[in-house]
Amino acid sequence: MALEIIESCTNCFACEPLCPSKAIYEAKPHFLINPDKCTECAGDFEDPQCATICPIEGAILNDDGIPLNPPGSLTGIPSQKLAA
Amino acid sequence: MQLPVINNEASEAKAGGCSAGSCGSTDDQMNHLPEHIREKVFNHPCYSEEAHHYFARMHVAVAPACNIQCHYCNRKYDCANESRPGVVSELHTPVQAVKKVLAVAATIPQMTVLGIAGPGDPLANPERTFETFRMLSEQAPDIKLCVSTNGLSLPEQVEELSKYNIDHVTITINCVDPDVGAQIYPWIFWKNKRIKGREAAEILIAQQQKGLEMLVAKGILVKVNSVMIPGVNDEHLAEVSKIVKAKGAFLHNVMPLISEAEHGTFYGLTGQRGPTHDELQALQDKCEGDMNMMRHCRQCRADAVGLLGEDRGSEFSMDKVEQMEINYPEAMKMRAEVHAAINEELESKRLAKESKVQLVSIQGLKKEVTRPVLMAVATKGGGVVNEHFGHASEFLIYEASSEGVRFIGHRKTTPYCEGGDTCGDGESALDVTLRVLAGCEAVLCSKVGYEPWGPLEAAGIQPNGEHAMEPIEEAILKVYEEMRAAGKLEAKMDEQQKVA
Repeated sequence: MALEIIESCTNCFACEPLCPSKAIYEAKPHFLINPDKCTECAGDFEDPQCATICPIEGAILNDDGIPLNPPGSLTGIPSQKLAA
Repeated sequence: MQLPVINNEASEAKAGGCSAGSCGSTDDQMNHLPEHIREKVFNHPCYSEEAHHYFARMHVAVAPACNIQCHYCNRKYDCANESRPGVVSELHTPVQAVKKVLAVAATIPQMTVLGIAGPGDPLANPERTFETFRMLSEQAPDIKLCVSTNGLSLPEQVEELSKYNIDHVTITINCVDPDVGAQIYPWIFWKNKRIKGREAAEILIAQQQKGLEMLVAKGILVKVNSVMIPGVNDEHLAEVSKIVKAKGAFLHNVMPLISEAEHGTFYGLTGQRGPTHDELQALQDKCEGDMNMMRHCRQCRADAVGLLGEDRGSEFSMDKVEQMEINYPEAMKMRAEVHAAINEELESKRLAKESKVQLVSIQGLKKEVTRPVLMAVATKGGGVVNEHFGHASEFLIYEASSEGVRFIGHRKTTPYCEGGDTCGDGESALDVTLRVLAGCEAVLCSKVGYEPWGPLEAAGIQPNGEHAMEPIEEAILKVYEEMRAAGKLEAKMDEQQKVA
């Protein structure tokens, strides 16, 4: 059970200090999550903190590779405009 | 500090009922400020059109995290809170940022102010922001610090903020009504949850207002920035202005929304337009009865370094800064000398102007009421008409009326002619300038070429190169007087005269 940060991460640092398991670390070209440490915040918070503050849709995936913040969910930009 | 060409008695009598010190029509809000605030901000380049030509500021990007989303911001770029969208700043660690600031301050002694703004919210990154401030307060006590925030975390950070050499905090307040806020902020991060919609706006507004009150109680100056979004908060901002003034903010800066589609913001992609020059000016005028308005914010790039009109940012990239040996205690002595010389020059200019202003006021106080006219001025600074029309990358806009001359703002353009062989795009650049100058009836510059003359006249903008090197307000009054003599100012005024 672990989350994953992918290449759309903009390295904004928002998630790193929030992680209760200290699983997130600065790396090149983008921040990463240590899967051995990540608990998806179970027992600490109701919502996984990194995905709760992350401003970039699609940058954080769950175990099944599904984005926790799908396109349009954060910015409200309609998907047909996003594709353009 | 540009003094108004009208005298105070006249404007107070006209404005009637306004609280002293914040009404009337002048070209520089510095004149409205109480003495103790004016002393604090006179050398802050962002607060005075004139100081902008003598002092410089810089920003460092140390705080990229943000705790809210604004519809005018694309988080892949810098924050539109205090810097242009579509720009990416070089991100620094606090140690790197301090090194860079010391290098710039030692090389450009006019640099008096360091700000931490976008990208991100400085107070959503308190450790990085405060570490930078702490080191700078220790190592460079002659640099003023300012910080810009969306206000969400402000109340819990006021105590820490008050420990440093910070006398200005800017809060971006776009609304005081959560229904308006819900159209601007899609979400906030609050107490470990992502909150959306009206509830999010309600929390954000409460935190902003609480933070404002706490800062004022601590004696820290607060400026309020608002982004004017037509159809969303344009009607509402006059109320915002009233409320933040009542709570003690000293200056309100209403900025136009920037929403180019290529910036990829919600507003950009959904076709939300920014305000026109006229709409922005009308709102600023409306707020001015209640509040000191800032008229010359250039919405600069967050990473711009140097004096007005020059960006020396590329001289101070991190790899170059790392190579520099800076002896700051030595630099501080040199900086103090430079600052003293600038202050002396500003003071003598102010005195010279004061004596002239009285003269102009007496001459200008004719009972006849004539209609107000907008004029554009091309200047490189120093308060005089001294820029070639084709070289101007921005124009200062003034309004002349029978009450006097007041500064309205500035409008950016692409220089019509870069000089030499680079005039290839001249025609389209002239079109841009003509559009930018819409509403103006004259443009004053040191020189204006033959080519743009015709199109300017055709657009109803009289080119005028006869007042080169003259003080701006005097030149404008002369042109206004010529227009009056030529009978160009009488339109629509007959009825008013009858009433009077």
